[in-house]
Amino acid sequence: MSMIEIAGLNLSFGTGAALNAVLHDVDLRVAEGEAFGLVGESGSGKTTVLRCLAGQYQHWSGQLRVAGQAVTRKLPLNHYRTVQMVFQDPYASLHPRYTIDAALQEPLRIHGIDGRAQKVSEILRKVGLNDSFRFRYPHQLSGGQRQRVAIARALILRPRVLLLDEPTSALDVSVQAEILNLLADLRRQEGLTYLMVTHDLAVVAHLCDRLAVMQQGRVVETLDSHLLASDGATHAYTRLLVQASRDIQRIPIAV
Amino acid sequence: MNLPLASSAPGSATLPASSTAAMVASTLRLLRFLLRNPMTFAGLIVVATLMLVAVFAPWIAGHDPLLQNLAGALQAPSGAHWFGTDEYGRDVFARLVYGSRITLYIVLLVTVIVGPIGLLVGTVSGYFGGWVDSLFMRITDIFISFPSLVLALAFIAALGPGLEHAVIAIALTAWPPIARLARAETLPLRNADFVVAVQLQGASSTRIILRHIIPMCLSSVIIRLTMNMASIILTAAALGFLGLGAQAPLPEWGAMISTGRRYMLESWWLVAAPGAAIMLVSLAFNLLGDGLRDVLDPRSQS
Repeated sequence: MSMIEIAGLNLSFGTGAALNAVLHDVDLRVAEGEAFGLVGESGSGKTTVLRCLAGQYQHWSGQLRVAGQAVTRKLPLNHYRTVQMVFQDPYASLHPRYTIDAALQEPLRIHGIDGRAQKVSEILRKVGLNDSFRFRYPHQLSGGQRQRVAIARALILRPRVLLLDEPTSALDVSVQAEILNLLADLRRQEGLTYLMVTHDLAVVAHLCDRLAVMQQGRVVETLDSHLLASDGATHAYTRLLVQASRDIQRIPIAV
Repeated sequence: MNLPLASSAPGSATLPASSTAAMVASTLRLLRFLLRNPMTFAGLIVVATLMLVAVFAPWIAGHDPLLQNLAGALQAPSGAHWFGTDEYGRDVFARLVYGSRITLYIVLLVTVIVGPIGLLVGTVSGYFGGWVDSLFMRITDIFISFPSLVLALAFIAALGPGLEHAVIAIALTAWPPIARLARAETLPLRNADFVVAVQLQGASSTRIILRHIIPMCLSSVIIRLTMNMASIILTAAALGFLGLGAQAPLPEWGAMISTGRRYMLESWWLVAAPGAAIMLVSLAFNLLGDGLRDVLDPRSQS
């Protein structure tokens, strides 16, 4: 069964002469338990697809289904318990005036779930933190720790789908690896489905089973991620991306 | 593979064990910053003194502020009457002390009315945008385009003079700047990741505004309100001076200047004492507001 089904998704902003079409007939299918990467250059519409799924934009047209349920204009509360999102910048995604404890309890309060203190404690341990972090403010944590808290906040409602919007691009290289390993472990433990947006093909190759390449609001190619390494990409744009990624990795050695 | 990272945490000298402990720690930090600046400290002292004087007025005054003694009218300052007596022989010092109650009453009441209204109007219009924003901001523009004293005069002319009406009239003119400020603070927050994150948790707009947006606007609104207190005092004094605020025999500072000005040339203390009090208190609120801005405004912190 497909966990995420996107069919003929169109989205545009503005009207008349200022009309700016952002997505053109995007089709994607992500199986349950799969990690699916969405790559492409800046402005290709990757993040926009995530935000449509999360329910942040309402004026799209097409068909969106998550866990068999159609995503509608007015979302029921249980949609948010199925789909959660982790943001790119861990410095901006946590409320600066609330402690970690309050930030993690907030989703439980919204959904009227009891036993909050214990759940917060559990989820912190699950993301590799512990109770000593509970009553600190975000500015007292490092970037990697904040991203762990953001992941904990997304997971505390026990979602089945996690939308990851470049979850490692704002972090140090060494911390990136920690977070990626954490995400891989969590997916295995919880049977989560990932839809991850990224620039970084190495991250996709590491974490994802399949990926889609987007360019100017269209999906140009969908392929298995192991084909990236073995030059199995067929579309010219995908090959360009792969080549660019290799060139970047070669630069430090050349210098 | 994923080790607990407690040992590598920055600034882990003391670990708060509960949310109250975390809150107390940040309040103490705020207070320490506040006391570091001598000007702010001076402002705080004057405001604290004003409050103490207002609370303990009967013990501090030494005389009945309303007791007339025509035989001892217009006496110069002396040991018995520190700030002299007025045209009815009432002790000016006692009237000043009791007047601090009226001043505080006006300041606090106006602030309590203006703060929530301004915050709510500003955050709601900033958060929702669109026609809600246009509607609220045009209403705000209408109020802001009147000179505040003229609007207050018109209001009092309609309702009749009196302390309560003065409070409402001042509040009427004081909320629009707060609303604009709160709106300006809300606009960048609307699309901030941490607000989007709670939206994606299914939070209602009411919850987002009350729990996530207002706490972020609160510091600049508090700064603005504190600064405003100075102008509230001046407006209240002006209304009192014009005979539209507190009515005789209430010892309101502005009204004291107004009645004292007839004897000003021979009896300078009638005008100088309440005038100095008004100046001192409004200066103190300004200094306190400046200090609060240094402490609370995230932009002025390194």
